[in-house]
Amino acid sequence: MEINKDLVAASSTPIVLAILAEGDSYGYAILQRVKELSGGRLEWTDGMLYPVLHRLLRLGLVESRWEVAESGRRRKYYRITADGRTHLAEQWRQWQAVDATLRGIRDARADAVAALRTIPSLLTFTGSVTYA
Amino acid sequence: MHSDEREARLEERIAEWRAYLLGHQTIHSADVAELEDHLREQIDGLTEAGLDADEAFLVAVKRMGDLDTLSAEFAREHSERLWKQLVTPGADTSEAETSARREGVVAVALAVLAALLIKLPALFGLDFVEDGAFYARNLSFFVLPVLTGYFAWKRGLLGSAMLRWLGIAFVGAAVFANVYPFEPGGSTEALTALHLPIALWVAVVGAAYAGSRWRETAGRMDFVRFSGELFIYYVLIALGGGVLMAFSALIFQAIGVDIEPLFESWILPCGAAGAVLVASWLVEAKKSVIENMAPVLTRLFTPLFAIVLLTFLGTMVWTGAGINIEREVLIAFDLLLVLVLALLLYSISARDPQSGPGVFDVVQVVLIVSALAADAVALQAIGARISEFGFTPNRVAALGMNVILLVNLAWSAVLYIRFLGKRGTFPEVERWQTGYMPVYALWAALVVVAFPPLFGYL
Repeated sequence: MEINKDLVAASSTPIVLAILAEGDSYGYAILQRVKELSGGRLEWTDGMLYPVLHRLLRLGLVESRWEVAESGRRRKYYRITADGRTHLAEQWRQWQAVDATLRGIRDARADAVAALRTIPSLLTFTGSVTYA
Repeated sequence: MHSDEREARLEERIAEWRAYLLGHQTIHSADVAELEDHLREQIDGLTEAGLDADEAFLVAVKRMGDLDTLSAEFAREHSERLWKQLVTPGADTSEAETSARREGVVAVALAVLAALLIKLPALFGLDFVEDGAFYARNLSFFVLPVLTGYFAWKRGLLGSAMLRWLGIAFVGAAVFANVYPFEPGGSTEALTALHLPIALWVAVVGAAYAGSRWRETAGRMDFVRFSGELFIYYVLIALGGGVLMAFSALIFQAIGVDIEPLFESWILPCGAAGAVLVASWLVEAKKSVIENMAPVLTRLFTPLFAIVLLTFLGTMVWTGAGINIEREVLIAFDLLLVLVLALLLYSISARDPQSGPGVFDVVQVVLIVSALAADAVALQAIGARISEFGFTPNRVAALGMNVILLVNLAWSAVLYIRFLGKRGTFPEVERWQTGYMPVYALWAALVVVAFPPLFGYL
């Protein structure tokens, strides 16, 4: 199953923020975590993560620092800010609202389908009444 | 393949990838470092999973996604980066940045030095307004040695034989500017004041700017580009300075303080001297940052000047009017030729020597030929009557400059037309222009050295 592009784009902010809420991280590790959590269903183009991170930086939802990794390379780490946590909580509520709505529709449809299923038996029933 | 070799090849390919990424204006070096760390981590992960280095590199690059799309995404996030900025934001303290900062400090220090130098004669009682003639003759010596020093420092010429020669040139020029017993307010003094900066600019500053490349066409062409950009920057800074001064005069006037004396004797000379250094530094620093302005203006004005000149020639033929020989006419035609030469130089400086002739080149030739025709008419009128006027130093200097410019432009026109007819190449035009530059320095030096005794210091 591949997730729709628009949905991937819309969900990238809360997902990145949620992963950073678990602890400070850097680009590659964030992507690995996304793959792990989604079971490979969320495929991001690697490079596209960075413009997202930079947008979060500009909005003040995360902050960054350069560190020297054990490999000896310089690496940019990201940390979620207090604003970021507030934003994440808000996004969380919004996604839940969307999810609840979708579920509600599905349940309502399931009820309707169940109701429709009863029609033939009803017909049989009424028919039997009429023609009996 | 040996593993060291494999490693080297991988490094090479990563370097290519990095260079390609750095070519995108919207992706800064700090972002490239971040993306490169990602790429390397990915490659390491894939190699551990059993891929060989080549495969790992290809897969990692593929997963990174299309770099042009990525660049577009960065552009959306950092739209300010589409406007090239002189001061690059520093997320990291890279080596390039510290050296840029050091250069800024040196340039500002030298600007202060030039500003102090121009006030040095005041210690000996020479007033900027009252002893105007002294300052006019010596103006070059307050600024140009400092500028030469700046380029000598930048090009690593400090302590070289070349720098010693440049120093000797300054000393020699200072001697000629000051030992001659000039008649106060005479023409030869004015000619010295006018020609000395030309000679020093082309010969000494030019040599220091081009450094070891001063004999090469490319080195000289860079100096031409630098001069044009410096002029534009200087004008802009002067405009800003004018606004600042007008504003200060206004607010100080409100509290009843007149700052005009301070302005005349301190702010104007110091600012004008220091601004040369600051403008030079800006031109050097922003070379790769901002589109060069001089060629843009050239593109804009070459067709307009061509139209004006053609209309002028047409009107002259139509009305049958001869050129009215007045005092300023030679100067006016000198200026016309200088202008056409500048338009030619700056269009050459921005042209790709490999590309073939185009419409703009035709316009360029029309401009040169019509300027030459106009100048020829003027020269003929002057030549016929010069014995009537007599040979004053001003007239000889103006006539000499006119002939030099005429030769330069005439041969340029020949080369240009041959290039248009595909019988010559563009680099020939370029070589002729840069090769001719010393003639201007020599003529200016001749005016400074020989004219005053020749004309009795009048």
